[in-house]
Amino acid sequence: MISEVIILQNGRVIDPMNQTDGIVDIWLEDGRIVAPRAVAPAGTCRYDLTGKWVMPGLIDIHVHLREPGQEYKETIATGTMAAAAGGFTAVACMPNTRPVNDSAAVTRLILDMAANCTARVYPVGALSRDSRGEQLAEYGEMKAAGAVALTDDGMPVTDSQLMRRAMEYATSHWLPVISHAEELSLSRNGCMNEGPVSTRLGLRGIPTAAESIMVYREIALAELTGARVHIAHVSCEASLALIRLAKKRGVKVTAETAPHYFALTDEAVDGYNTHAKMNPPLRSEVDRMAIREALADGTLDAIATDHAPHSVLEKEVEFNYAANGIVGLETSLPLGLSLVHDGLITAGRMVELMSCAPARILGVPGGRLAAGDPADITVVDPDRRFVFSAAECRSKGRNTPFDGRQFRGKAVLTIMNGRVTFTDL
Amino acid sequence: MEQLSVQDIQHVIAAARSFREISARSIKKVPTLRGKTIVNLFFEPSTRTRTSFEIAAKRMSADTFNIAASTSSATKGETLIDTARNIEAMNPDIIIIRHSCSGAPQLLARHIGSSIINAGDGAHEHPSQGLLDIMTILDHKKDLAGLKIAIIGDIAHSRVAVSDILGFTKLGATVCVAGPATFIPAAVENLGARVCRTVDEAIDDADVVMALRIQKERQNDPLIPSLREYSIHYGINRRRLTHAKPDVLVMHPGPINRGVELSPDVADGPSSVILEQVKNGVAVRMALLYLVMGGEKGGEAQGDI
Repeated sequence: MISEVIILQNGRVIDPMNQTDGIVDIWLEDGRIVAPRAVAPAGTCRYDLTGKWVMPGLIDIHVHLREPGQEYKETIATGTMAAAAGGFTAVACMPNTRPVNDSAAVTRLILDMAANCTARVYPVGALSRDSRGEQLAEYGEMKAAGAVALTDDGMPVTDSQLMRRAMEYATSHWLPVISHAEELSLSRNGCMNEGPVSTRLGLRGIPTAAESIMVYREIALAELTGARVHIAHVSCEASLALIRLAKKRGVKVTAETAPHYFALTDEAVDGYNTHAKMNPPLRSEVDRMAIREALADGTLDAIATDHAPHSVLEKEVEFNYAANGIVGLETSLPLGLSLVHDGLITAGRMVELMSCAPARILGVPGGRLAAGDPADITVVDPDRRFVFSAAECRSKGRNTPFDGRQFRGKAVLTIMNGRVTFTDL
Repeated sequence: MEQLSVQDIQHVIAAARSFREISARSIKKVPTLRGKTIVNLFFEPSTRTRTSFEIAAKRMSADTFNIAASTSSATKGETLIDTARNIEAMNPDIIIIRHSCSGAPQLLARHIGSSIINAGDGAHEHPSQGLLDIMTILDHKKDLAGLKIAIIGDIAHSRVAVSDILGFTKLGATVCVAGPATFIPAAVENLGARVCRTVDEAIDDADVVMALRIQKERQNDPLIPSLREYSIHYGINRRRLTHAKPDVLVMHPGPINRGVELSPDVADGPSSVILEQVKNGVAVRMALLYLVMGGEKGGEAQGDI
């Protein structure tokens, strides 16, 4: 179907996997990257990308697409439109749908619905049946159907024996286990970070220990079982210290953080702003700075959004009763670029965090711009200034703390499988 | 209390003092708020605060309506905002809200136009209690500046503690808090309080000792082993009180667990001003209603006192 040649000209190609950072033309044909030829065929489509950055398509390994079951919050179609607009060519969707994605049937359903959407969708299977934390789900069947990892995400695994068995069994199917690290007995009834702000607002706090205790458990179990463990949405310094040490010892642990943990602190909750309520909660400035440092020094492998669309039904309520989570697909790249503009990381490191490492963690294609690779490409205008408006989100969710924020830099052209899925050139 | 300036606080207290005299008359009613409609929207059981606001409103000739959570639509799944919008459609002048969730009054203030008075939200604030506590202290001490005020007990789950700490320190008092560590919230120093290791240290040379209620209903969270041990180690009794100033005031926001936070002889003793607090509560709430309705300060108090 796609037989025309697309040439991306004059852009700065940032491809850390191939140690490329310079002005190079990229040729695309039949959904793949191809080697440039001497003469372009008739009908070739050319994009002059002078001043733009051309990078392997961004991959978000932690999103909630809500379908099947909660289509009033998001659908696979709207979620992937948001992904494309945010510069993502692929997303991994969490299994807390209704029904839970704990079987090959649900995995296949998701992939069927995603077939004509504007981003690749990689289903993450449930770690336990119905994510109840009791019995293992059928990893082999889910993997065969297309699942790329396992997690009970929002339903933290309290039973350490189950987690151990899940890790062991996952190694037999070459699947990574993603951990939402939360010790529920410490976080129960809490709704924000424990600290000066929670005391001032009279809200029950969640200490950072609720996260770090479980991060340590996952590291210990990864060491015991040899499994590949990925720690989701790390929010605090205490967890980072443990991950840093574990990596030094050679434990197969990887970790992500979400943009809000390096962009905001618990001060954002002020005024009982339910758009600043998520789990784990926004932490202190000390934690925020530690997250930024860990993004630079490699302790954190990836940036993932934890895109969690909710409707006003879940958010325009008392803070205690509000649902956790914010949308993130359309603000992740601008926030990632802010780290580059701040001089904290290089553009190459940002590509590593948002494309290369995500592909590696999930064992999926992408993260690289070599001939023969899928034509998944994100083009960024690093200096385009704009005011982000929640009302203009492609996502059905408007639950973002970044409404009205001034950003510098955004995706201006997203190409997935050789097809333009978003353009704002 | 967080939003009130020192001038605001003094203004409310001055108004409350002028209204206090009304409650001592044989005909305890003035026409100030005649024709005004005041709704008590209580999502949490409360006898004294609700009654205090109701008496305050009635003494000023306002029409009052009480909506308790058990009889409201909350149990039918209606959201707080919808409930409030429905009430607002009937044109009340003031909605007084008590809610178990911190921030509920702020949520309402964002979504409806009526004036809102916070009668206690979660573990956040109880501003009218803070104001009546200030008024009571000022009845006995010239000024709060320079006073040492000890607040003993469950600081972490007390909205009274937050409003008191903020109010007392704004007026220049030193506030010392004490209690078992399970009752001391994270970073309470940031509110302006000093944390004392022992009750005796907090009470030492204190001008005011405020005991807070132990919420027995919190027993699913293991905060203290027993009320018995609490009363022995943290209860205010005559012996402990000897270390305070001779003219110390003993206060309690009520309701008291006699023999737990306060020994009965202290609760009923000469230093106790607990019933004065209740009396001043009506006056402070009259002042709040008056000022929110326009008083002499215009609409400034609109929103969330």
